[in-house]
Amino acid sequence: MSAGFYFGVEVFLNGLMTGVMYSLVALGFVLIFKASGIFNYAQGVMALFAALTLVGFKDGQIPFAHLFNAIFGTDIHHFGWHLPALFAVLLALFIMILFAWLVEKLILKHLVNQEPIILFMATIGLAYFMEGFGDLMWGADIKKLDVGIPQGGNLWIEESTAFLGGDDFYGFYLDNLDIWASVVAAVLVTGLVIFSQYTKTGRALRAVADDHQAALSVGISLRVIWVIVWSIAGFVALVAGIMWGSKSGVQFSLSLIALKALPVLILGGFTSIPGAIIGGLIIGVGEKLFEFLVGAPFLGGATENWFAYMLALVFLVFRPQGLFGEKIIERV
Amino acid sequence: MLYREVGDYKTSYAADQATFSITFDRWFYHAVVAAAVLVVPFVINDYWANAVVLPFLIYSIAAIGLNILTGYCGQVSLGTGGFMAVGAYACYKLMTAFPELNIFFCVLLSGGVTALVGMIFGLPSLRIKGFYLAVATLAAQFFLVWLFNKVAWFYNYSASGQISAPERTVLGFEITGPEALPASAYLFCLVFVLGLAWIARNMTRGSNGRRWMAIRDMDIAAEIIGVNPLSAKLSAFAVSSFYVGIAGALFFSVYLGAVEVTEAFGIQKSFIVLFMIIIGGLGSIFGSFAGAAFMVLLPVLLKNVMVGQLGWATDLAAHFEFAIVGALIVFFLIVEPHGLAMLWRIIKEKLRLWPFPH
Repeated sequence: MSAGFYFGVEVFLNGLMTGVMYSLVALGFVLIFKASGIFNYAQGVMALFAALTLVGFKDGQIPFAHLFNAIFGTDIHHFGWHLPALFAVLLALFIMILFAWLVEKLILKHLVNQEPIILFMATIGLAYFMEGFGDLMWGADIKKLDVGIPQGGNLWIEESTAFLGGDDFYGFYLDNLDIWASVVAAVLVTGLVIFSQYTKTGRALRAVADDHQAALSVGISLRVIWVIVWSIAGFVALVAGIMWGSKSGVQFSLSLIALKALPVLILGGFTSIPGAIIGGLIIGVGEKLFEFLVGAPFLGGATENWFAYMLALVFLVFRPQGLFGEKIIERV
Repeated sequence: MLYREVGDYKTSYAADQATFSITFDRWFYHAVVAAAVLVVPFVINDYWANAVVLPFLIYSIAAIGLNILTGYCGQVSLGTGGFMAVGAYACYKLMTAFPELNIFFCVLLSGGVTALVGMIFGLPSLRIKGFYLAVATLAAQFFLVWLFNKVAWFYNYSASGQISAPERTVLGFEITGPEALPASAYLFCLVFVLGLAWIARNMTRGSNGRRWMAIRDMDIAAEIIGVNPLSAKLSAFAVSSFYVGIAGALFFSVYLGAVEVTEAFGIQKSFIVLFMIIIGGLGSIFGSFAGAAFMVLLPVLLKNVMVGQLGWATDLAAHFEFAIVGALIVFFLIVEPHGLAMLWRIIKEKLRLWPFPH
C-alpha cells in the first residue's frame, strides 16, 4: 500500500471526527424540530452563548462589565475567582434552562399556530439577538476554554499504526479532543434514546412529536414539553459549545457551525436522531475527502466552504426527505 | 377632499384598476416622486448620500427582488448575497471588457447575467421545498463567493483580489469613480429604483404575479388549476435574480467603488435583505421600501446616539445593534407578521373612515 493511500485513510478518519462535531450541533436541531416543528436556526448561537457563559463563570468575569464601564466610567472586569470546571458547567446548564423557559414565555407562546416559515424567521431573529446579547454580556474577544479534556495528537494510535506504511509514514494522526468528542456524542445519543424510550417525560415528548393535538387531548401540556425540549437542546448546545470551544476557542465563528449543520440535517432528515449522526459523518468525511482528492490539487482549495451544501443540494434532488426522514406526503 | 373615495367616480376599467385608486394617494405618490427627482439632488451632500440615501435605494432594489421570490412566490432564498456578487462581478467584467459601453447598459446586462445564474440555481426548487430549499440556496451563496475568490479571471488577475470600478460617465456626468458627485450617483440609482419598482408593482398584480401567488399559497393546488410550476418558479427566480443582480452591480460600481467579495457579499448580506422584507412585509412592494429604509436607518441612528451622543465604543454599539435588530424582528413577527406594510394598510383603512368609524 502506498503512503498516499494511508494519507487518504487518515483524512477519512479525521473527516469522521469532524462529522461527529457537526452531528452534535445537528442533534439539537432535530430534537426541537421533532417536538415543536420549529426549525431552530439559533442552535449554533445557543452553542456559542453556552460556551461564552461557561467561560465567563469559570473565569469569574463580571457580566455586562463592558457596558457598565461605558455608562458609569468604572473599570471592572473580573470577580477574581476561578470556579471548578464541573461547577461552571452546571451553572451554564442552569442558564440554558432559564433561557429555554424565557424563549417559551416570550416568543413561542405568542407564535403558536403560525406558519413554519414565520417561526424559522423568528429563530433567526433570536439568533441575532443572542449574538449581540452574548457579546454584550461577556465581551467579543476570543476566549480560551479548557475544561480538562486532553488535547493534541494521540501518541498511542500514532505509534501502533506506524508499522502499516513505509518509511515516510508515521502512523495516523488523531486529535485526542476529537476522540473524546466522539465518545461524548455516543454517550449523549445513547442517553437521549434511553430517555425518550424509557421515561414518562420521554414518552410525552414522542407523543408531542407524533401529533400535537392528540398529545394535547390526552393531557400533555405542550408548553411544559417545549420548555423541556429547549432545555435539552440547550444542554446539547452546551456540549457542542464545550467541544468546539476547546477545539478552536470561543469566538463568533462558533455560531457559523449552525450553517454547516443545515446540510447535515438535510442529508439525515429533519426528524431522525440517527440520521443527524450519520448525516454528520457523511458530510464530515465527504468534505475532507473532496478537499484532499479534488479540491486542493485541482480547484485551488477551500472547497470545504461549499461542498457540504452542494452535496446536500444534489442529494435533495433525488431524495427530498433525506436519508431517514419521513416520506413527505402532500395533499391539497 | 381628505382621504376619501366618496365623490371619486371611476368611469373606466383602467381607472378602477389603478394602483393608487384614491386621489389623495395618487397625489401623495406624485409629490414624493417629484420631490425625489427635483428637490433631493440639489440638497444632497456626501454624508447623506453615502450613509443613508444610496444604500437605501440599492437595498430597496434588492429587497424588491427577494420579495418577488420569497414574498410573492414563496421560495425562501438565503443566496441573495451570492447573487448580488454575480451582479457586481458581471458589471465589473462588462465595464472593463467594453469601455465604450454606457454604464447604464452594463448594469442592465449584469442583471441579465444574474437572472441566468439565478435560474440555474432555481432549478432544484422544482423538487425541493420550504426549509430544504433555503438550505439549497445556501449552496449558491457559498459556492459563488468561493468562485469569485478563487478564479482570478473574474477580478482580472489583480494582485489584491479586489475589483474596483473604473470611471464612467452618463450624459457627461461622472457616475462611478472618486470624482462622482453625490447628486449624479443618486439620480442614476433613482432611475433604476423608480423603473424597477414600477415594473415590479405591475408585474405582481398581473397574470405573472397571480401565478406566483398561487404557487406560494399551495403549489400542488396551483398545478391542478393549470399553473405550470416550472415556468412560474423559474420566472420568479429569473426576475428576482435580475433585480438582485442590478442591486449588486449598483452596490459595487456606484456605492462602494471597490469590493472584496467575502466582505461585501457574505452570508450577512443575505440575512440583512431577508430581514428587510420580513420587517417591511412579505408580498408588498411598499414593504420592500419600508424595510430597506428601516434597516438602513436603524444602524445609522443607533450609531449616532450611542457613539455620537453617549460616547460609547463602536464595538459596544455594534453589539447593541445586533441585539436590537434581533429583538425587533421577533417583536415584529409576534405583533404584526405581515410587517410595516400591513401597519400602513391598517392606517389607511382607518383614515378612510375617520372621523366616523362606525
